[in-house]
Amino acid sequence: MLKKRLIAVLIVRNNQVVQSVKFKHTNAIHYDAVHAIECFNKWAVDEIVVLNVARERESRDQFAETLERISRECFVPISAGGWVDDAEYAERLLRTGADKLVLNTAFADNPALALELSERYGRQCIVASIDVKLREDGHTTVWVDRGLRDTGASAQDWAKQAVVNGAGEIFFNSIDHDGNRKGYNLPVLSEVCRAVEVPVIAFGGVFQWHHLPQGLEAGAQAVAAANQFHYTEHSARKAKKYLIEAGVLMRAE
Amino acid sequence: MTNKIAIVDYGMGNLHSVANAIVAVGGEPVLVDTPEALAGYEQLILPGVGAFGDAARRLESSGLGQALTEQVNAGKPVMGICLGMQLMCKTSEEGGVHHGLGWFDAHVRLFPASLKVKVPHIGWNNLEFTRPHGVLTDLSGSPDVYFVHSYRVECDDPLDVLAWSDYGQPFAAMIAHDNVCGLQFHPEKSQRVGLAMLKNFVEGRVC
Repeated sequence: MLKKRLIAVLIVRNNQVVQSVKFKHTNAIHYDAVHAIECFNKWAVDEIVVLNVARERESRDQFAETLERISRECFVPISAGGWVDDAEYAERLLRTGADKLVLNTAFADNPALALELSERYGRQCIVASIDVKLREDGHTTVWVDRGLRDTGASAQDWAKQAVVNGAGEIFFNSIDHDGNRKGYNLPVLSEVCRAVEVPVIAFGGVFQWHHLPQGLEAGAQAVAAANQFHYTEHSARKAKKYLIEAGVLMRAE
Repeated sequence: MTNKIAIVDYGMGNLHSVANAIVAVGGEPVLVDTPEALAGYEQLILPGVGAFGDAARRLESSGLGQALTEQVNAGKPVMGICLGMQLMCKTSEEGGVHHGLGWFDAHVRLFPASLKVKVPHIGWNNLEFTRPHGVLTDLSGSPDVYFVHSYRVECDDPLDVLAWSDYGQPFAAMIAHDNVCGLQFHPEKSQRVGLAMLKNFVEGRVC
């Protein structure tokens, strides 16, 4: 039987793993991203997502180098993203060791690129990252460009369109929930899960382990966390133990 | 015995990850892209990600396919990974009918729609071993490994199946006979379990 997945997310800026709170990145958690991987790999994580959140496009080279070092230590699947805006860089990340590409702003600015990459590498290789945010008018919409630009679209419409444009998986995040420790944005997450056939990864807001099964109950096939995995030792193993004891079918170590 | 492992480079897929994993288990990976060079190695890995037809054409036009078959007939251990396992079969129906290396009396077919499962089959799924084998040394139970594939291998001879996995119905997750074995999943991405298999292979436990 296919298992549910527990995913660790590394928010990377200038080769450091940083803490993310509502998409603001201040504290460095690990001063070298590879150290974080060394920890996760020995623990219980099923997959790793590595995101370059640097504001500058020039960060791409350094990120690819960080990814290459990570891939030497990492023997679970890696998804990588941030500033993937041309086919050449996409190929570089895949050659460097990424198994999947995470695209976010490309689905707004250059959906043809997403489709091209999907046709070249297969749908399973393309993960659509979707960041939602509650607007002052009470609507929750999808934001791109590191949470700076409102597309005006609803999450479920955006997710459906991403699948049309080649996405094989959705990485769902909520800017309001990011780092606020209250658990996932469950109402919008479940709308997205209902809207698409492809697997959905829930992300954003995990602080207590009971937040994880909530994501699965909302319809996600995988649950992800970032900050929370860095604070305490063996946290990934504890998270997995919690899920298994809650009756979720997970990969045993 | 040296621990040099030839990774057949026919221009498809991410060889980096396989090479990294070989290093991690104490082997010395060498990417080999010419038929002549293959003879210089005692153990060979045929990796692969991508489309079957494209890969089969590249193996044939480069001469690597024929050279590999000669090495197999000479008794050298060969491990196929993912598409590499599929290429060891007679035919594939991926994008038309294509011929593979034909080392196994087996055919590569899409997961049937009647199974009502999502394709590709992606994620961690468990193995059920059918018999002992060198690459399974020190492994027991039903360990989970990481799969990414849309097509499955159907063996004419069920005795070729070394491990089953279940997706809608049982399918061949590992195949083996004599000095050849194929893994449908990615051992290089399957953590401890996958690394244990690669370590067995690198250390010569291959039949």
